[in-house]
Parts: sequence; C-alpha cells; structure tokens
Amino acid sequence: MVRDTNRHFKFDWITIILFLLLVGFGWLNIFSASHIGETINYFDFTQPFGKQLAFIFLTFILIILLLAIDAKFYERFSSVIYIFSMISLLGLFLFGKNVNGATSWYGIGGMTLQPSEFAKAATALAVAKYISDLNTDIKRFKDQLRTFAIIITPAILVLLQNDTGSTIVYGAFFFVLYREGLPKFYLAIGLSVIILAILALKFGAVATIVIATILILIYYFFNKKTFNLIQTLFILLLASGLSLGINFFYKSILKPHQQDRISLWLRLEKDPAKLEAMKKTFAYNLNESEKAIRSGGFKGKGFLEGTRTTGKFVPEQHTDYIFSTVGEEWGFLGTSFVVIVFVLLLLRILHLAELQKSQFSRVYGYSVASIIFIHFFINVGMVMGLIPTIGIPLPMFSYGGSGLWAFTILIFIFIKLDSNRINEW
Amino acid sequence: MRQFLLFGSVILVGLVFISRLFYLQIYSFNGQDLYSDNAIRKVYDYPKRGFVYDRNGELLVSNQPSYDVMVIPREVKPLDTTEFCKLLKIDKERFLKTFEKARNYSPRLPSVFLSHLSKEDYAVLQEKMRKFEGFYIQKRFLRHYQRSIGANVLGDIGEVNQRIIEQQPYYKMGDLIGKQGVEASYEEILRGVKGIKFIQKDRFNRNIGPYKDGKFDTLPKQGKDIHITIDAKLQEYGELLMQNKRGGVIAIEPASGEILAMVAAPTYNPNMLVGRKRSKNFTKLYNDSIAKPLFNRSLQGVYEPGSPFKLMNALIGLQEGVITPHDKVTCYAGYRYGNRFMKCHCYSGRRNDLISGIQESCNAYFATTYRKILDKNNNASEGIDRWSNHAKSFGLGNFLNNDLYVGQKGRIPDRDYYKYIYPKTFYSTYTISNAIGQGEVATTPIQLANMAAAIANRGYYYTPHIIKSIKGEDVPNRFTERKYTTIDKQHFEPVIEGMLQVYKNGTAKSLQIKDIDICGKTGTVENFAIIDSTKTQLTDHSIFVAFAPKDNPKIAIAVFVENGYWGSRFAGKVASLMIEKHIKGYTTRKDLEEWLLKHTLKNEYAKPYSGEPFKINGQTSFQLVDDNEYKRLKQHLNHIESNTQ
Repeated sequence: MVRDTNRHFKFDWITIILFLLLVGFGWLNIFSASHIGETINYFDFTQPFGKQLAFIFLTFILIILLLAIDAKFYERFSSVIYIFSMISLLGLFLFGKNVNGATSWYGIGGMTLQPSEFAKAATALAVAKYISDLNTDIKRFKDQLRTFAIIITPAILVLLQNDTGSTIVYGAFFFVLYREGLPKFYLAIGLSVIILAILALKFGAVATIVIATILILIYYFFNKKTFNLIQTLFILLLASGLSLGINFFYKSILKPHQQDRISLWLRLEKDPAKLEAMKKTFAYNLNESEKAIRSGGFKGKGFLEGTRTTGKFVPEQHTDYIFSTVGEEWGFLGTSFVVIVFVLLLLRILHLAELQKSQFSRVYGYSVASIIFIHFFINVGMVMGLIPTIGIPLPMFSYGGSGLWAFTILIFIFIKLDSNRINEW
Repeated sequence: MRQFLLFGSVILVGLVFISRLFYLQIYSFNGQDLYSDNAIRKVYDYPKRGFVYDRNGELLVSNQPSYDVMVIPREVKPLDTTEFCKLLKIDKERFLKTFEKARNYSPRLPSVFLSHLSKEDYAVLQEKMRKFEGFYIQKRFLRHYQRSIGANVLGDIGEVNQRIIEQQPYYKMGDLIGKQGVEASYEEILRGVKGIKFIQKDRFNRNIGPYKDGKFDTLPKQGKDIHITIDAKLQEYGELLMQNKRGGVIAIEPASGEILAMVAAPTYNPNMLVGRKRSKNFTKLYNDSIAKPLFNRSLQGVYEPGSPFKLMNALIGLQEGVITPHDKVTCYAGYRYGNRFMKCHCYSGRRNDLISGIQESCNAYFATTYRKILDKNNNASEGIDRWSNHAKSFGLGNFLNNDLYVGQKGRIPDRDYYKYIYPKTFYSTYTISNAIGQGEVATTPIQLANMAAAIANRGYYYTPHIIKSIKGEDVPNRFTERKYTTIDKQHFEPVIEGMLQVYKNGTAKSLQIKDIDICGKTGTVENFAIIDSTKTQLTDHSIFVAFAPKDNPKIAIAVFVENGYWGSRFAGKVASLMIEKHIKGYTTRKDLEEWLLKHTLKNEYAKPYSGEPFKINGQTSFQLVDDNEYKRLKQHLNHIESNTQ
C-alpha cells in the first residue's frame, strides 16, 4: 500500500505542469484566433476552439491510459509500434485524404487523423530500442546505416506525401545519435553543408569557394603540424562540388514554391513583380504575422482584443501561426513567457533523460526533446521571420487533434519511463 | 561533453528568440494606434461647419452639402468602367488617370476620386454605388456665401494638401480646411470635430461589425457659429466705392478695436472659390500678378504713410517737450537743410503753429519738429531711438498680434536700422523724409487706422480684431485690454484740433459732412516702380486718415488709393462717405458718391505696363467709367440704399 500511494508522486510533475501550461495557454489563443463575433459558447464543436476543447478532454483520457500501461510495454513492443506506424503511412497512398496539397490524413467519419504526427513517436521508440541493443555500436558504420534507415523510412514516406515540414523534423534525430556517440565527423559535415549551402546561394559558388579556402588556410596557420596537402585539397574539392551542386539542387530539384521561400528568406529576389507576387501568397502570411506580433508591444492588446486576430488577418492563425496571436494579444510578456516555458520544458526533459539508468529511456527522452525542439525552433522562427516558411505546428499549442495527441504520447511515454527509473535494474 | 550540443542549442535558440521578440515588440514598437491599424476601417462623420454672422447678426456664410466620390484603390474590384464613367460624367482616360494618381498616393488610404457632385448626379449615383466596390460617397459641407462681399475678410475653404496632413494628423485626404481670412484664423472653432466610427475588418476587407461595440467611436462635434465685427452694410458700401480703384480701407471702432470694415480692392465674389470651380478660379486669381485680387491690401499693403504720419511727429514733439502748440515756424515754400531743399506748397513766409501746420500739412513745420526731436540732446542716434519707440507704441512697425490671417510689420526705423546705412556719422537731416512720413517709414492701412483710433481715444488703443463673439465662448482678453501709447493724454487735444481744422479750413475742406465733426489728415505719397530697370515715378498715392465724431469717436478710418494723386481726391472722399454711412446710416454727400462711382484709375494702373513713356500727377487727366459700368454701379448703390430703408 505504501508503494502504491507514492506512485502518483513519482511522475515528474514539473514536466506535467509545463505541458499543461502550454496546452491551456494554447487553447486560449486558439479561442481568440478562431472565435467569431461577440457570442461566446466555448462548447461550439463546429468551431476549432470547441473541437480543440474536446481534443484536450480526450488527451486526459489518453494520459491516464499511457501512464497506466506498464513501462516495459513500450520497450518490448517498440518494433511492433514502429512497423504498424510505417504501414499506416504507406496506407495513405491508398486511402489518404488530400488537404492543402498534402495527402497526410485519414478521414474517419467527420474526423481526420494524421499518422505522420504519431510516426514521430514510433520512430523515437524504434531508434531508442535499436541503439540500446547491446549488439549495437553507433560508432560502427554498419550500425549507423541501420539507424539511419529507421529514421529515413518515415521521412521519405512523409516527403512523398508532400509534407516537407514533417520530413525536416526527422533531422532532430541527429542530436540523439550525436549524444549516443555518432562520430564528430558527421557534425562537421552537417554544419559545413548548411553553412556552405547558405553562402553559395547568397553569394554564389565562386565567392563561397574563396571563403572556404581562406578559412582552411587560417585553420592550418594555427595548426601547422596537422597540415596534409592531399587532405586539404580533397576538402576543398568537396566544398567546391557542394557549392556548385547546391545551386543545381536549388534550381532543378526544389519546387518553385520552395525556391521562393528560400529566395525571400535570403533576399535573393530582386524582381519587383515577383516580390509583389510573393507578397500576395506565403509572404503575405509572414508579413501579417510579423505585423501582428509587432503591434502587440510590451503588454499586448489583451485577450480577445487583438484587431488583427479578430479580423483574421493572419491566415492559418489558429494552426501554424498561433504564436502571432500570442504576440498581438499578450505582447512581449506573453511571447517571452511561451519561449521560456518551452525552454524550461526542453531542459527538464533533457535533464531527466541524462538521469535515466537505462539507455532505452535516455535515448527516447533525448528523441522527445529533440523533436519538440525542432518544432519549436522552426515554428516560432518562421512566424517571426527568422527562417524560411516551413509549415509545421507549434507543439501543444497549435490547433489540431493529431498533433496534440502525438505530442502527448511522445511526452507521457517518457514520463512513464522516467517514473519507472527506480524500478529499473 | 556531447550532451551539451542540444542543451546549448536550446538555450541559444531561447535567447535568440527573446532578443528577436524584444526587437519586434519593444524596440521597433510604434504604438497602438487605431488610426494606423489597417485592420480597422475608419468612417468619418463630418460636422456642420459653423456659420459666420456680421456684427448686426446678418448671416454671411452658411453651408451647402457636397458629395465626393472617394476611392480606396486596394479595395477596388473589376467594374463596369463604362457605366461608372457615364454616371460620373467623366471619360475613361480621366478615370484611369485619377485612379493611378490615387494609387500612387496610397493603395490603402482613401483619396478623393471626384469631388463635389451635383445633387442630381449624387441621387443617381447613390442608388448604384453598391456595385462599385472600393468606391464610396463622402458627404461634406461646402460654404455658401450669402452675399458677394468680404472675400478678403471671410476667406474660403479648400482641400488639405499633403503638407497639412503631415503636420496636422487630424486632417485626412479630401478634408476641407480654412485657407484664408476668418475661415483660416477661426478654423478650429468653425470646423468642430469630425466624428469617427471604427469598424473591424477582416482580411478580405469586409466589415465584420463595429470595433469593440463602438466603444471608441465618437460623435461629430458641431462647429461653432461666430459673429465677426464687420458691418456688412458698411463693408458692401466700401467695396462699391473702391471699385475700379486699387487700395485698402480699414475702419475701426476706437472704443473696442473692432474692425467695422476691411476693404481690399480689387476684390472678387467669394462664391467663386466654392466647390469644383475653386481650383480653376483660384488659379485665375492667383495668376493675376498685376491687380493681385488675393492680396489683401488693407492688411498686407506696405506703403509710406505720407502726411498722416505728421500727426505722429507732432505728438512726439509735444511729448518730448521740444515744441509747444503755439510755437511758430516760418515756411519758405519749403525747408532748406544744408544745401538741399524740401518743397512745401505753403506760400513763402507763412508762419505756421501746430494747428495750422497740420491743417496745411506744412512740410517745413514738421521737418523742423522732427529735427528738434532727434537733436534734443545733441545726439541724433539717441533721438531716433526715442522717436522710434514713441511711434512703435502706436502699434506701428510690428505685427499687431491680432486674429487676422495675414499681416505685415511695416517699418519704423531706429538707430540699429541706420547703423548699417550710416556707419560713421548720423545726423537728423539724413532722415528728414521721416518728418513727412516718407523715407524709411512704412505702414499698412490697418496700422494707420489703428493710429487714428489711438488718437481718437486720446492715448490708447485696443488691438484691432475681427471676432465679435463665439457661441458659448468669450473673445480672448488680449482684445479687451487697453494698450497705452507713450504719449500723455493732454498732448492729443491740439493735434486733434489740427485734424478738425483739416476739414474745417484745410486740405479736406471740400469733404465736410453736415453735423459730423470729422478729424482727418490727408496724405499724398510719392511712389516709384522699376520699369525696364529704371526707377520711374508713378502718380502719387492718395491717402486719408480720419476719425469721427471729434468727441466720443465712433469710427477711425484709413484709406489708401493707389495712384489716386492727392489725399482728398480719392481717399478723402471714400473716408468721409464711409464715416457718414456708419454714423448716420445713410449718406447725404451724393456728389462725392457720384464722383467716386464715375471715376476709374484703370489707365493709371495700365501705364507702367504700357511700355510707353507716360505722364503723372498734374499732367494726367481724369478717366471716367463707361456707361454700362456706371449703370451697374449705380444700380448696386440703389440696391444698397433700398436695403437701408
């Protein structure tokens, strides 16, 4: 009996409270962004805010279920869950429903379900399971390839469904693998590719190659002993190839709308007519959301007082652009509050992950933090105009049942695993 | 160490985001302004502009509704332009041009598309307006001038320009603002405050209801009616007398400083500057750089005052104690100073005291007086400063600080002024022309009228002003406090006696009015124009300053008639008639009236532009108006007289 009463308090209440804060505050903003007129009926289930309320209610049931299931279940059945999840993604090619150009939904009755949201949790479980296997050594190339395969399969499946945003999220696993011992070489390659790509697009291939050469020379100037001519030339050749290749990739492989987003972000577009056209499409959202945030000032206009929110100036405001509502109505106080809550939640999960005795729990915890972090980084960064427009929701905050439940599952499996820490051994 | 990559990234991203938010929401936050919020549509409700009445309660300016077609270019949807153009009675080219102009001004702010629709066009258009998205009709009020008088007094209203909008955010494109005259100086009182409705829009620009249930909406505040000090009858009479002449007339009530009449000639019908024809007519008036109808000569015309300024020298001489009323000066048909000579029309050897000096306008007398003033302490520099300060205490040489929209300082020179001209030595003779109101002295008609009022009051004046009363408000007390001159009261009587003698026996003897003791002073002022880079003398200006009656004065007046030759020839007649009209309410000197209506100075004004040599002053002859013009003027006079009875 003593053991039973303690059980409730073994859950990490800090994580739970931070989670609930985001869900609750998120709903208030969804309400503001989607309610119409003066009549207020919180339970109007034809409207997003009413539906979200129902989703939140179901979330609590889901939480109880997740916490009631034995912790060992998740580890033992991770492969099954993963395979089931991949099948659900494949099934979309046959039964998928097309919304906004992406075939990412199942229509069940009047409801839609987005399996790609749940696939993130399934992948996290599978990766944790594979890495924590005693036979796996992430430093080995063969095991690296297998791990990549686990991650890339769902990424390719969602990419084929035209859901680029979700594909990018799978990049989050890089943090996990790196933590578990992936060679530094990958980090160097990854960072170099990103930096070279941006430089090459912005300043052209020749300038990028010159910059890269200078940087390498500076490096060897301070580390003369390590100088190796063949290695240096090889690196330079790779960098040149990449610089040239990225322009090809940008012009020939990316779709026009993707090109536009990057060209707007890097301010590559100089043709006024084209800029004007952008302003009417996705740049319009961006511009309006930035304006809405700006108009909030320090204290914001107050709950339900945002003129841009009320006038529905920001399209998709209750989903991907929900952060702009926070900006307009709650001001700097509200936006920095949300940022701080996210940062605290992420740090808390990371801290807990490091405390785990089982590698499975630790890898899983790391995956949870990484996935939420990527979502948070891309969504908020996009709404503020810091990074190119990529459509993914703000976790726990944006409207949508699948997303909310997927993150609930992601987080509460970890809370369950964490609560079992003492029993491990 | 590896765990710090994600740890560090989380913290770094958190910091970057908060800095970005700080930049967006605090650093570059530019205020929560409903007016600049394009999510809120602003709908204005224009109040009735206040009416203007004259001092006797006669309505001078009222309103007439006007309808403007406004456009918000961004909201315009494809439309049937042919039909729209037909309704507006414009051609397609004009449609495209105006639309382009509006879009260049601002795609999201309203611009005037077509102003001042007629009532008939409005009625037709209103029915169909719904079909043309992005266009709407804005009701405003235009002015309606009941009488065709006082254009320079009343002024007009016109559309605000970009500069005004930037300086005064109250005004939006298409709003009307007082441009001249009373409309401009009492703009805020007449205008009232427009009401505003804030309407929440959605991103498709549809109205989705009042913003915050209309919590911030305001009702229009009606403009206040005002009464001005002008006597419409006197004004109309003055304007009639000044027809076919150029110049200015200002009549002031000495006991209050109220301006009874303010005539600028030539003038125009104020209804010319109403509505759609405003800009065309304004350009026409503005471009008339010869007659300058928009130039208010009674306020802006800076002239050498001539002989009326002798009154000032007499007063200063008495105050400084350098002359007494009984001291006599011998005139040698002029005044010799050094090797130069100033002519006078007195016969040689005539001995003038103060009163006869004024009566005969003796140059020698005042040249002597002026020198005595300046040389009082054998220091002409100090002397001219003392002299200057006395003159300035009459409101000369500076702005009067009144409620008239335009004005000029004129000039009363002092030591500093002459320092640049005569840096080494300075003697009173250098500036001897000031003795007779020529040389460096310059005044406007209103300043001279005010000087006459100060003499009439025996030593003080009220700032001349145009506002009589504002509904529900007091007239500013700067207009009700006495401004004292530096001349003691007792010194005025001999000067006034001299002015009375001007009428009784002197230069204005022919202008006497039965039963009214008028005190006046004629002036005949030499003037020059630059013609083909040669300084050429023109016919003298005819000037007259007067007040009446001598005791308990009711009116002080200054009349300037450009190139009218001697003072009593034109200006004196106008002054006498207006004094009689004001005091008696009717006129008896029909002969003077007749003379003024018949005579025109048109050929005088044409001379400098003729390109040919011309004669002036004594060598000129009178020019009469033609029969049609005479008939028209006569009719107008009869009309005025029938209104009086």
